[in-house]
Amino acid sequence: VYAKYISQCIDEIKQELKQDNIAVKANAVCKLTYLQMLGYDISWAAFNIIEVMSASKFTFKRIGYLAASQSFHEGTDVIMLTTNQIRKDLSSPSQYDTGVALTGLSCFVTPDLARDLANDIMTLMSHTKPYIRKKAVLIMYKVFLKYPESLRPAFPRLKEKLEDPDPGVQSAAVNVICELARRNPKNYLSLAPLFFKLMTSSTNNWVLIKIIKLFGALTPLEPRLGKKLIEPLTNLIHRLSVAVLISLSSGMPNHSASIQVLTWLWRLSAVKYLGLLAMSKILKTHPKSVQSHKDLILQCLDDKDESIRLRALDLLYGMVSKKNLMEIVKKLMTHVDKAEGTTYRDELLTKIIDICSQSNYQYITNFEWYISILVELTRLEGTRHGHLIAAQMLDVAIRVKAIRKFAVSQMSALLDSAHLLASSTQRNGICEVLYAAAWICGEFSEHLQEPHHTLEAMLRPKVTTLPGHIQAVYVQNVVKLYANILQQKEQAGEAEGAQAATQLMVDRLPQFVQSADLEVQERASCILQLVKHIQKLQAKDVPVAEEVSALFAGELNPVAPKAQKKVPVPEGLDLDAWINEPLSDSESEDERPRAVFHEEEQRRPKHRPSEADEEELARRREARKQEQANNPFYIKSSPSPQKRYQDTPGVEHIPVVQIDLSVPLKVPGLPMSDQYVKLEEERRHRQKLEKDKRRKKRKEKEKKGKRRHSSLPTESDEDIAPAQQVDIVTEEMPENALPSDEDDKDPNDPYRALDIDLDKPLADSEKLPVQKHRNAETSKSPEKDVPVVEKKSKKPKKKEKKHKEKERDKEKREKEKKKSPKHKKKKHKKEKEERTKGKKKSKKQPLGGEAAAGPVQNGAPEEEPLPVRGTSAPPPRTCDIRGSLQEDSQVTVAIVLENRSNSILKGMELSVLDSLNARMARPQGSSVHDGVPVPFQLPPGVSNEAQYVFTIQSIVMAQKLKGTLSFIAKNDQGATHEKLDFRLHFSCSSYLTTTPCYSDAFAKLLESGDLSMSSVKVDGIRMSFQNLLAKICFHHHFSVVERVDSCASMYSRSIQGHHICLLVKKGENSVSVDGKCSDSTLLSNLLEEMKATLAKC
Amino acid sequence: MLEESREELMRFMLLFSRQGKLRLQKWYLATSDKERKKMVRELMQVVLARKPKMCSFLEWRDLKVVYKRYASLYFCCAIEGQDNELITLELIHRYVELLDKYFGSVCELDIIFNFEKAYFILDEFLMGGDVQDTSKKSVLKAIEQADLLQEEDESPRSVLEEMGLA
Repeated sequence: VYAKYISQCIDEIKQELKQDNIAVKANAVCKLTYLQMLGYDISWAAFNIIEVMSASKFTFKRIGYLAASQSFHEGTDVIMLTTNQIRKDLSSPSQYDTGVALTGLSCFVTPDLARDLANDIMTLMSHTKPYIRKKAVLIMYKVFLKYPESLRPAFPRLKEKLEDPDPGVQSAAVNVICELARRNPKNYLSLAPLFFKLMTSSTNNWVLIKIIKLFGALTPLEPRLGKKLIEPLTNLIHRLSVAVLISLSSGMPNHSASIQVLTWLWRLSAVKYLGLLAMSKILKTHPKSVQSHKDLILQCLDDKDESIRLRALDLLYGMVSKKNLMEIVKKLMTHVDKAEGTTYRDELLTKIIDICSQSNYQYITNFEWYISILVELTRLEGTRHGHLIAAQMLDVAIRVKAIRKFAVSQMSALLDSAHLLASSTQRNGICEVLYAAAWICGEFSEHLQEPHHTLEAMLRPKVTTLPGHIQAVYVQNVVKLYANILQQKEQAGEAEGAQAATQLMVDRLPQFVQSADLEVQERASCILQLVKHIQKLQAKDVPVAEEVSALFAGELNPVAPKAQKKVPVPEGLDLDAWINEPLSDSESEDERPRAVFHEEEQRRPKHRPSEADEEELARRREARKQEQANNPFYIKSSPSPQKRYQDTPGVEHIPVVQIDLSVPLKVPGLPMSDQYVKLEEERRHRQKLEKDKRRKKRKEKEKKGKRRHSSLPTESDEDIAPAQQVDIVTEEMPENALPSDEDDKDPNDPYRALDIDLDKPLADSEKLPVQKHRNAETSKSPEKDVPVVEKKSKKPKKKEKKHKEKERDKEKREKEKKKSPKHKKKKHKKEKEERTKGKKKSKKQPLGGEAAAGPVQNGAPEEEPLPVRGTSAPPPRTCDIRGSLQEDSQVTVAIVLENRSNSILKGMELSVLDSLNARMARPQGSSVHDGVPVPFQLPPGVSNEAQYVFTIQSIVMAQKLKGTLSFIAKNDQGATHEKLDFRLHFSCSSYLTTTPCYSDAFAKLLESGDLSMSSVKVDGIRMSFQNLLAKICFHHHFSVVERVDSCASMYSRSIQGHHICLLVKKGENSVSVDGKCSDSTLLSNLLEEMKATLAKC
Repeated sequence: MLEESREELMRFMLLFSRQGKLRLQKWYLATSDKERKKMVRELMQVVLARKPKMCSFLEWRDLKVVYKRYASLYFCCAIEGQDNELITLELIHRYVELLDKYFGSVCELDIIFNFEKAYFILDEFLMGGDVQDTSKKSVLKAIEQADLLQEEDESPRSVLEEMGLA
């Protein structure tokens, strides 16, 4: 029922949107905004929203912008169409229009909008009204993000705003600069004195907090700042209490006092949260002061509130030390058991692993304990993090050599009870652990106590229910295990045992051969064949173990993740250089085959020795090993100094074997980690007693180098010697790895683009884009020499162009379809074109059709597609000519040239026959009869735009100028010189600029009586009044002053300063336009043009 | 350890009722409709499940959520990374105060029936996720004047007749 009601409502709204009354429309859009909030799609109404946005009344405009800000996003394609409207509103005389546009824009600004409007917004930063300045300053931040090039040109003005008399503007500027500076503080160091002044003088707490935050970012770069800040900060702390404390980050002195305040405020839950947060910040710089509050933080783990628990977890991560790790993890483990939600439990699990593995297992003194923790974690039901546990198991087993024996025994137990893990419901995550278990048991099978038993466990039929990638690892490692068993049995002379193992393989492997997983299947069938072969050999009593285990000889070392990148480029290696110079062209054809043949002959003998000479290989390998051994930079896996230390006496007593016996290993998942805690305590106690004895040795060890860099070793930490000889095999890096941090930077960070040096003086090229065409900037187009283009008047243009370009694309596509009907209409002009077509038979279309269709169809305000005649011979391009106005009596005409032929167009020249009234601005020194070069070439299918400036004497009459475009068309067949005639039509409307006018000013103008009057009437109009007005505004550049019912007053101004006032009235079927203007000729011409427009309605 | 934040400002603000009906949403980072819906739904569930005595902050996805309940309405803001939770809480409170001043002891119905006004007030107070004006007075003044302009709009003046053109 509800859905039906809503769809009914939407239908109603659609009806309302079709009506002409803007009030009804606005109301409909308002309703849509509400529906959008309820989750309904309103993207279909984007056009209506834009329509309401462009309403002249603030009431509606406000609603339109609200709807836009709620529903538009970067993917909304009509967003391009808003540029003009927004620009118009930004320059509106009413501050609330401007404000509403700025607010809306802040929600949906896109890179395009940012680029096109940056200059307008920058101007608004110096608006007279603080209300606007404030908004403009704030939105600049969004603009910078979307269009980083605007930062440097806009920054000086932004900086000015820091000292704006209005506190709102000031705080906005502080906000923006703080946000910028937090990202790239070094560029803003020079502002520190200014901010310091602000901090001591400002009374606005919001601003103060931002500034303090900013200093937090700056102090690490300039340590002297920290000292200076102490005094004002302590004053502030008294004033602002906790809020400031939270903002304190690195570099702030005197934490002990603040910590006391925090623990004191502990009881309140919000404050508890913030307290934990603040502690985690202080922890980074002053870990000791926080560590003493461990118990308090552990208590937080019992809190009902998940937010607080998670915060506490974060904090624990930073506070562990060698001393308390076991205790903290134990506490966490009990929480894991208690935890209700799986999310929190997963969070705990990851935290435990994070805590233990941080900084290269820095805090773990007993890896047996860690392995048992990991094994215990596998008992978690329904966790998603099986792979995480697996990764840890693999990592520890590979990198801590001393633990392998223990790890293998644990893993084999795990494999043995795999059915528990892989059973039914909880299969999803945790069975990943078996991946690690299987691999560890296979790879380090020499440590297995009962390899045969494990082999059997891995070949159980149940295994085939595991995911494919795990089975694949099983299959592969079964062979490693098998090879190991063979070797053991053969050495012991138990041929039967070896054969039994082979038989087991032959019996069980077929179940994997049938697997649906390709990887499993492939591996299994390969191995099955291998084993069958071995079986045959065994039957003949041939010893095979040596050869089988040779398959897995060698040891895998962990490779550092960035190792590949850090391989230095050897000196003198140039990958771009030719290894063999390419054969020169001069070489004659018949020589080549022989050369190839010759080469081949040479190659063969080269191959043979390298293949055959095993000795040579071995010798080289030996030599390489020697070299590596002597190379101090080569990280050797073994024997490492740590390993050697393992063999030294003194810690020998540590009962590794004893533990193995005391813990029933075959039942996995017994909470045995607790026992380690006890053992560890005992061990530490004993250690203490022996401390004196060992002092000498420890010194020795320290000399041998601390591999595990402990960043903050407390005294108590150092007292604890690790139980295992944890030789964490360091990950391998290539020899001579280059130390570099570059790879840590994220190239996609949006703030990287804002890392801009702001102190460098502005270059000319950095000015914000104003209304200028791309060509115009780079080319030597004629108008460059004409110093007419005033920035301000240029501004609005660029966006329109974009606009138009889009439209044009559409047109083009449509044109293709409409081609024939158009041509029919224009028969008299078509004959020549027809001929062209007959000749070239391609998709080329001379512009005749399009241009003739549109002489009245003036473009967006200030621009006008002028009619073009593409009459002459093969013109393989379209010319879409549009004019646009500049100040004084100058007009810029943008000509779009599109090449529709298959030829390249070169050497284009445009010659226009000047009239008395209109003259083309030409480069200095060229005569009236010279053509003006077009500053580009056109490859097939490409279009480009050239701009030319015309000076107009009198604007009261429409103008037509004839011109010719000459060019060279070059294709495979050769080059031809061709011409294309066209006509430029300057209508009177194109001399008008949209100028807003107030009703009182308008009334004064009319009262003055200086204006002459004229009127026209057009019958048979069915279009709504609203659309009619829109048409007049659009095509003739008028703005509506006021509208009452079906009556509206409109105003416009010519580039030479004529005022034109209109009163448009709509009758039943007709429209009458009364106009008043300071020039009667202009008026009557304008009205004629208007009549033509209206007649089409 | 805290993740380094990418964006500092407020991401979005939501108002929803205890029954889980959205009353107002403002997104300061353009987000697709689908993503918005998903986030709103998830976040509402999380917040509504929390007990009254619990603290006003929670970490959700990669965001920090600051919320506060006023009568039947939850005001909920999402901020990123290292932004200040307390300031955000203060912002929420200030917005409620503004609504209260404007509507005169505001209730949920006010916001349902005049949702566009609620948006206008929010837009005057925050812009692009940053505080625009911390002074309640100046925000309310701006809103009142804009409303005044709107009322003027609505009563048609007949300048045309004065001009002698009609």
